[in-house]
Amino acid sequence: METFLSLNKVSMTFGERTKFHALDSISLSVERGEFVSLIGHSGCGKSTLLNLIAGLYRPSAGLISCEGQQILGPGPDRGVVFQNHSLLPWMTCHDNILLGVSQVFAARLDKGAMRRKVDQALDLVHLGHAANKYPHEISGGMKQRVGIARALAIEPRVLLLDEPFGALDALTRASLQDELIKIVEQTRSTVVMVTHDVDEAIFLSDRVVMMTNGPAAKIGEVLEVDIPRPRDRLEMTTTSAYAECRRRLLEFLYLKQAVVRH
Amino acid sequence: MIQTNTYAPSAARTNGKLLLSGLHSVVNRPWVVSLAIFVAFLSIWQALTSTGGGETSVDPEYAKLMGQAVGVTTGSSIPGPMAVARRAMELGSRAFDSSNPNNLGIFWHLYYSLGRVFLGYALAVVVAVPLGFGIGLMPWLYQALNPFIQVLKPISPLAWMPLALYGLKDSATAAIFIIFICSLWPLLINTAAGAAGVRQDWLNVAKVLGLKTSTKVLRIVFPAAVPMILTGMRISIGIAWFVIVAAEMVVGQNGIGYFIWNEWNNLQLSSMIVAIGLIGIIGFVLDQALAWVGQKLSFKE
Ligand SMILES: Nc1ncnc2c1ncn2[C@@H]1O[C@H](COP(=O)(O)OP(=O)(O)OP(=O)(O)O)[C@@H](O)[C@H]1O
Ligand SMILES: [Mg+2]
Repeated sequence: METFLSLNKVSMTFGERTKFHALDSISLSVERGEFVSLIGHSGCGKSTLLNLIAGLYRPSAGLISCEGQQILGPGPDRGVVFQNHSLLPWMTCHDNILLGVSQVFAARLDKGAMRRKVDQALDLVHLGHAANKYPHEISGGMKQRVGIARALAIEPRVLLLDEPFGALDALTRASLQDELIKIVEQTRSTVVMVTHDVDEAIFLSDRVVMMTNGPAAKIGEVLEVDIPRPRDRLEMTTTSAYAECRRRLLEFLYLKQAVVRH
Repeated sequence: MIQTNTYAPSAARTNGKLLLSGLHSVVNRPWVVSLAIFVAFLSIWQALTSTGGGETSVDPEYAKLMGQAVGVTTGSSIPGPMAVARRAMELGSRAFDSSNPNNLGIFWHLYYSLGRVFLGYALAVVVAVPLGFGIGLMPWLYQALNPFIQVLKPISPLAWMPLALYGLKDSATAAIFIIFICSLWPLLINTAAGAAGVRQDWLNVAKVLGLKTSTKVLRIVFPAAVPMILTGMRISIGIAWFVIVAAEMVVGQNGIGYFIWNEWNNLQLSSMIVAIGLIGIIGFVLDQALAWVGQKLSFKE
């Protein structure tokens, strides 16, 4: 298998003077079409790592590349879904998505085709009916779905999700996970997702990357999720493979990386 | 004995409860309280002015006949609410009269004042909003201009007045310049703060979508800054309306500030009070209008 996204000894230090060492020498490679989750305690640097891949930060040391090209800044080849949806409140859902679409496709497509692309993205998350609503008029789960549609509509090479369902209730979360799996299968996207939910990580991922506590967080262990797809949320929980994955994740998070409260 | 003893406090409690609930239902309708305050204000005013000695409303003809003596004694006493109301009716009845340029109707005075305010204010908006945007988006520009802003901002607009009169040679233009100057700073500072303080999340959206700078400014920074810009506009219109009255007292041939000063020279205290009330009401309307526009144009979350 070819390496699609590769991180080579990536370190991140924040601040010119304070020198907060967040990430230490992270190496990771992600294959095309793979779904990788990052899991770890709050504040360990998951968002930082995702933002590095997005190009919002430049690593203090090390190299990040996508299809052999070094990542030097943010770009529409990587679609990002933020931890807090970040929809622009003064635009309708449709226009929020169109903003990116018209930036990426303006040279290739006419207006009508771009609008159709937006509609397709909304249909993908089953929100065609909310196209002309403003973000404050829709629920939290719907906002998160618009956020996903916005990231998908620009047809990125890799989808970066930062706790996309973190703020949602368990039921909404489950249905959005199902939806995400379908979308990923349809679009054959490569995905890197941050989560702090063990079940979510197992259900969605091919591999789960466990990060040690900060400062200077590293990759602690990597778990291959050997559960065949399509996965069934209920049936899956009865298998021994599932139990083993769960045990390893919990062991890592609550024994090896038990949080010391200051 | 025992019975009355136990009965009395409970009755008092019930009464107290009734009183409290009565008070409650009144406080739930704030306009009732407002009305009560207004009536109380009028009666106190009436009481103070009617016992305050002598005639409350001095007949202008009579005052003229009596010359200065009247001005010194009874004429300077504050008129009562009835006299002011009568005067308001008189002023209202010839509000639109422009036959005598030395004795314009009150509408025309307000018209000239508002005209100056809008001209100076519009000029300030045209200058301050783009400049504020530039300052907010370009830290080097902010650092370069900040010393000047900080020194110019605390200067009372009226301090510019003689210089403006000398430089501009025309009192109406000078007044507009004063309004311009005093409206400029809140607009400039608020716009800059709005443009500089756009939420990092939204800027990150612009980055990851790879938006062009022009798209970013028009579609993200500007809408995000609109609430702050409108706050600046609201503060500025309030200050401008403050300042125009003072400015017209100094330079005017017309305008509501000139009107008050002129009526003071004529010892027409009732007219002054009517004008003061009008200034308050118009200021309120201007403020509410901008608040409404602000609410319409600002995004909701
Ligand atoms: N811009 C920044 N400047 C300085 N320090 C930062 C910055 N961003 C993050 N950090 C620090 O880096 C560490 C990792 O932060 P990060 O947001 O990546 O954590 P996280 O794993 O995403 O946490 P959570 O699960 O709560 O979202 C934290 O200690 C944080 O204080
Ligand atoms: Mg985070």
